[in-house]
Amino acid sequence: MRAMLKGIAASDGIVCGQVYRLVEPNLTVQQRAITNLDYELNRFHQALEAAVSDVETIKTRATKNLGTDSAQVFSAHIAMLQDPELITAVETQIRQRKINAEAALAAVARTYETSFQGLTDNPYMQERITDLHDVTKRVTAHLLQVALPDLALVNHPVIVVTHDLIPSDTVSVNPRYILGFVTDLGGRTSHSSILARSMAIPAVVGTQHATDQLTNGEMVILNGTRGQVMVAPDDDELASAQAAMHERAANLKRLSKLRHHGTVSKDGVGVTLAANIGTANDLPSVLQNGAEAVGLMRTEFLYMDADQLPSEDEQFAIYKQVLTAMAPRPVVIRTLDIGGDKPLPYLKQKPETNPFMGARAIRQSLTHQQIFRSQLRALLRASAFGNLRIMFPMIATLDEFRQAKAIYDDERSKLTVAQVPLGSIKIGMMVEVPAAALLADRFAQEVDFMSIGTNDLIGYTMAADRTNQDVAYLYQPYHPAILRLVNRVIAAAHGAGIPVAMCGEMAGDPIAVPLLLGMGLDEFSMGAGSILKTRRLIGQLSAHDLQALVETTLNQASTSQEVITMVQAAVPGILT
Amino acid sequence: MEKREFHITAETGIHARPATLLVQAASKFNSEVSLQYQDKSVNLKSIMGVMSLGVGQNAEITITTDGDDEADAMTAVAETLKKEGLSD
Repeated sequence: MRAMLKGIAASDGIVCGQVYRLVEPNLTVQQRAITNLDYELNRFHQALEAAVSDVETIKTRATKNLGTDSAQVFSAHIAMLQDPELITAVETQIRQRKINAEAALAAVARTYETSFQGLTDNPYMQERITDLHDVTKRVTAHLLQVALPDLALVNHPVIVVTHDLIPSDTVSVNPRYILGFVTDLGGRTSHSSILARSMAIPAVVGTQHATDQLTNGEMVILNGTRGQVMVAPDDDELASAQAAMHERAANLKRLSKLRHHGTVSKDGVGVTLAANIGTANDLPSVLQNGAEAVGLMRTEFLYMDADQLPSEDEQFAIYKQVLTAMAPRPVVIRTLDIGGDKPLPYLKQKPETNPFMGARAIRQSLTHQQIFRSQLRALLRASAFGNLRIMFPMIATLDEFRQAKAIYDDERSKLTVAQVPLGSIKIGMMVEVPAAALLADRFAQEVDFMSIGTNDLIGYTMAADRTNQDVAYLYQPYHPAILRLVNRVIAAAHGAGIPVAMCGEMAGDPIAVPLLLGMGLDEFSMGAGSILKTRRLIGQLSAHDLQALVETTLNQASTSQEVITMVQAAVPGILT
Repeated sequence: MEKREFHITAETGIHARPATLLVQAASKFNSEVSLQYQDKSVNLKSIMGVMSLGVGQNAEITITTDGDDEADAMTAVAETLKKEGLSD
């Protein structure tokens, strides 16, 4: 091998393949004088046509993956490429200044950009500048005859190497062609990792400089379980990687026998293993991995992948698709969780100094009711097609839950009057704010179900931002303080006779699973790739015996390390 | 020549999706179609023009169509505005 890159193991699996760098090429434009006007104008029009053809391909792929409305941004790009005023302006520049098409296009784009920037009171203009850049970049790339990478244009299996994977990168992916991901940035709980796990694609993140060190077409072995990328392996290394792939495939095959089984502990306690999903794209992997439910469907990708609000009909179509595919199994859909930390450029959101503590999730929904109501209507209409549970995120006070529920009831009665067929729907809350965890017994009187969102619960309890590397050490799922909160929520829910789930990373963690089973958690929701492993693990555990372990850890452990030691002593041979 | 005023009700104003649809609708006709907002007027067949206005919520806009199919062009634009929930 030429080198070994080390990163964070983000999504299990080992795979070998060729590198596809999703990195922007140098598109610096030099102005030059031209003599043959017709030739230059012709070059410009050919580049425009080639760009339109690229965007059409991307749009087709995005339509297939996400539906017509989400692909609308590409219609806007095509309209820009065919804009009569823009084309005339560039032609005029070429004719009058006798300059090359690249320089003429850049000059015209700058003029538009300046006029867009003048509209500072309109936050969505920033997004239009991005569109303009995307479009000019594509035309410039064709003029310069360099390839502009785009996952939608990939037509053979590759390992994607990029700086950071953002949701919109995966919009246009044909999953068959993506063997794995390697990124420079990110951690185990960053968006890129969650995406890779939900797509069940091996990934290594946080390599710092993979994009600098790898070249297009180079052979690599990606080990997403160990967090390693072997560059230019020799024959022996390839052979041993292939052996490891076979072994893993055999192991997965053994696990896949559990696909149609229920999840039952050794002493006969049944629990539900559910999947977390972000889009309808995740459904095949959910079904292949034998999920008994969707325990969390995040809806923000619907909003973040688009550049405008998704319409009610578009949302309805996606919710219906998920509910139909899963029926009669339950699907928990979380209402929009966006805000300062995941801003939507097309919404007028005030910048916040502390977005994680700001107007996000339900706080945002209660103040932007138009958006919230349209989502609720889409959900209500889709409820006729399956087993829907609606969950409100970031509930801190009972009053917030009551307000959200009242808005839901209002939309529900309007649709009932309009005789729209509705299914039976349960309404629950996400427990991720420590205040709600502490007061879970009161909430349990009013909600139909609870789901513990550990990623945020840990962040808020430890007062640590999980995206900040300097305080990443505080992200401690096994910390006794977290375990006490979790235990409290489970006991409170059971006290009121309602079910309780967990939908954070912790639910599929082999150290946490025995504790959660001992505490009596009803549903474990995780990335689809972890389900079968967890089903096997639970089958080896005795829920009753684990109650003693729970007692000991809650009463005697002072640190995460002590908890790990106690679990390992009680359950020998558990993986860490 | 036809002229009609519209009040923009949508929270996000004329954002990318309706702008694209308006341009697509206007481009089907021979008539010149323009959009006036405040003191500016742009070609409604140019998405860059429409977007550069930054038409927000509660804006009052005027659509003008001029040509052999001006009535049909106006109807198509008005329908798009209504269908996209931009205006009543």
